[in-house]
Amino acid sequence: MTDRHLVEVSDATVVYDRDPVLVHADLAVSPGDFVGIVGPSGSGKTTLLRVVLGAVRPAAGTVTRARRVRVGYVPQVETVNWSFPITVGECVLMARAGGRWAPWSTPSERSEVADVLDRLGIAGLEHRHIRALSGGQQQRVFIARALLNRPQLLLMDEPTSGVDVRTRHDILHLLSDLNADGLAVVVTTHDLNGIAAHLPHLVCLNREVIAQGPPEEVLTADVLERTYGAPMDVLEHGGMPVVVDRMSASNVIRLRRRAQ
Amino acid sequence: MTGAMAWGDLVHPFHFQFFRNGLLVATIAGALCGLIGVYVVLRGMSYIGHGLSHAIFGGFAASGLVGVNFFLGAGVWGLASALMVSAVTRRKSIGSDAAIGVITTASFALGLALIQLYGSPGRNPDAALFGNVLGVASQDVWIVVGVSVFAVAVIVLRYRALLFTTFDPEVAEVSGINTARVDALLMLVLAASILATMSVMGVTLIAAAIVVPAVVARMLTDSFARMLWLSTAIGAVCGFVGMNLSYHLDIASGPTIVLTGSALFAAVFAATGLRGMSRLRGTRRGLEPLHLS
Repeated sequence: MTDRHLVEVSDATVVYDRDPVLVHADLAVSPGDFVGIVGPSGSGKTTLLRVVLGAVRPAAGTVTRARRVRVGYVPQVETVNWSFPITVGECVLMARAGGRWAPWSTPSERSEVADVLDRLGIAGLEHRHIRALSGGQQQRVFIARALLNRPQLLLMDEPTSGVDVRTRHDILHLLSDLNADGLAVVVTTHDLNGIAAHLPHLVCLNREVIAQGPPEEVLTADVLERTYGAPMDVLEHGGMPVVVDRMSASNVIRLRRRAQ
Repeated sequence: MTGAMAWGDLVHPFHFQFFRNGLLVATIAGALCGLIGVYVVLRGMSYIGHGLSHAIFGGFAASGLVGVNFFLGAGVWGLASALMVSAVTRRKSIGSDAAIGVITTASFALGLALIQLYGSPGRNPDAALFGNVLGVASQDVWIVVGVSVFAVAVIVLRYRALLFTTFDPEVAEVSGINTARVDALLMLVLAASILATMSVMGVTLIAAAIVVPAVVARMLTDSFARMLWLSTAIGAVCGFVGMNLSYHLDIASGPTIVLTGSALFAAVFAATGLRGMSRLRGTRRGLEPLHLS
């Protein structure tokens, strides 16, 4: 590991119930990086993210972290219990669960929460229930929780899963702004065109790393077919790669209205 | 003067030391059950109060047989059962409802078998099953007070870790919280609370005393902190009112305390309507396990 890496995963293999879900994976994240991990369902994206986080220990290989590196983690919003009785302020303050024993928040903590909410464009929502927010605001609450401890590296699992196009744009811009301020960001995503094609560095994963590099290098028909196991074409639009399913007689399922 | 007569009837039992003891214990026990109930309900473990009280009944029989102090024997038994439930649930292949069903009913069955084989220990099994607050001894008062102080101390000092672990155990774990230790601590508080309040509520009804105040509180608020103190207050009111009803109606204290809570639930349910019901959808840990792809 070079001194400038925040986290470096080398040759990592993870096994669940004798089933290898990640094989010989490498990933290095440095300050200011913005990395997208793409791949089909079951390809090991979340597992690789959790290896970087330190929540999963690989059966083989090494994970090296910079000393005292601070990492923030934003889970998939689908895993959140939105009906739990909790306000935005209470949720963000969970980031301090390990530090302070007294249940009540200090004035400085309340000020920090207000600042991070303001930075993310959801100021003044501290007393709202988390369910009483729009999809984009909900995602920002959990980003706020991850940012409260001023991490150097932010890990997000499927940040745009289940959100509309406008919210996806907003979240991508927000992450881009945070990254421009020096925060290293690693996201997993299914969204090749909406998210992955916009990122500076991609890791194509299907249990093993198929390819990694800038989108224009790794979003190729060959890499995508090896990653997803399905034929895809890559077009160019406005200087950016656009991935499309390859239309052929063999993989198009035609649905016809049944004759009356 | 019908009003004066009615007032006189109401305050009459307060002249008796045994009633004042019982009222104090019922009120504190109600508050304690309400406080713990918030975590039980939000973790989707509502059945655990029912299960653990039955498991402790097994300990009640075993402690009499072995000849150790009832509270020590039943307490260790209850804690062991709670930790087993927690450990089985953490493996995720078995849900908490099934784990509670298997472990605590096995413990209850063992208690029944021991009583059939060797006879009942010194304490009255009926009182253990249905609650008999009028027979509360001063030792019982101190036990309920002591466990309540312990429970409040744990919840105040570990408030943030308990909240994070209850809301989002996966992320709490990766954020550096020892969730296994937090879960074990909660099980210890729960087992101690059930043991201490069993003489008031009875084995069969303690689950309702734990669940009802938390459910009523959830219908009234969207804030976790407010739910915590509301549930505690509602539990205390149910204990106080139920205990008075127990004396005046000559019914065991367990049923009157639970029926008071049930009446309050019906009133709040009617008053809050659909809004209260929509909040109730959150009274379970509705999290799917984090799928690792």
